Amino acid sequence: MAEHTKNTLWAGRDILVGKDANKMIFRFLSRSENVALARLLAAAAVAEKDTTVAELDEIKVAVSEAVSNAIIHGYGNDPQQYVEMSIGVSRQELLISIHDDGVGIADIEQAMRPSYSTDGRMGLGFAFMQSFMDDVDVSSLPQAGTTVTMRKKLA
Amino acid sequence: MDLIITVKNYQHKSWLCVKPSGELDMAVADDFRARITEAMQLFGCRCLWCDFSAVSFIDSSGLGVLLGRYRELAPFGGKIIITGASESVYRLLLAGGLHKLMEIDRPLSMRYSEEGI
Repeated sequence: MAEHTKNTLWAGRDILVGKDANKMIFRFLSRSENVALARLLAAAAVAEKDTTVAELDEIKVAVSEAVSNAIIHGYGNDPQQYVEMSIGVSRQELLISIHDDGVGIADIEQAMRPSYSTDGRMGLGFAFMQSFMDDVDVSSLPQAGTTVTMRKKLA
Repeated sequence: MDLIITVKNYQHKSWLCVKPSGELDMAVADDFRARITEAMQLFGCRCLWCDFSAVSFIDSSGLGVLLGRYRELAPFGGKIIITGASESVYRLLLAGGLHKLMEIDRPLSMRYSEEGI
């Protein structure tokens, strides 16, 4: 990841989670076993909040989908690339960004349509992210990587 | 992922019973798919019985394997049943719409609280 991206990773998002928020950034190889690591880190980040078991499940699935997409679509299953996950937790909300420096998405709207899929996952990935989180934002450019930012209100 | 595969005769049909354990995500999806497909061909089963009592997590990669098997089996009168899912896994199977295509057993813990068994 380019140096400037690292430094500005939180720049725009501080407004969203507020000054009292706890923030963390994790960087890991695009190996499939790291999908489990990512969702456990996300679940651990909200461990002190009053989240229900169902909400924790939703967060884990949403992170799993976003990281799987980064590895499968972004990097074409190349295990030697890096995925970056930034998490912000405030009293009111959880903000998770998953970034890859992969091929990017040419048509985001098409990619997010439930029927659209190029693998065996039946296009369910985005559908789960959208139904389990309160907000999902995808920014991407062909050959310039993809960032999926998800927000969930915490009770 | 550990996977126990057995064959049972039930309702005059030969069922392939699979019992995976652990988390069914993209790290194990290819292996899970390949081992089921291989066993179904080997034993000539058209019905698949998934014992999910040892599955702790599932996401769209795991669901994709089940949906793929369904598309293969359905044209030949095959079917899929899923038993033993935890509440977490059950909720996700429903969110993915799998209950419209497969028979999914409602977790006992949910039946206790909602039906007062």
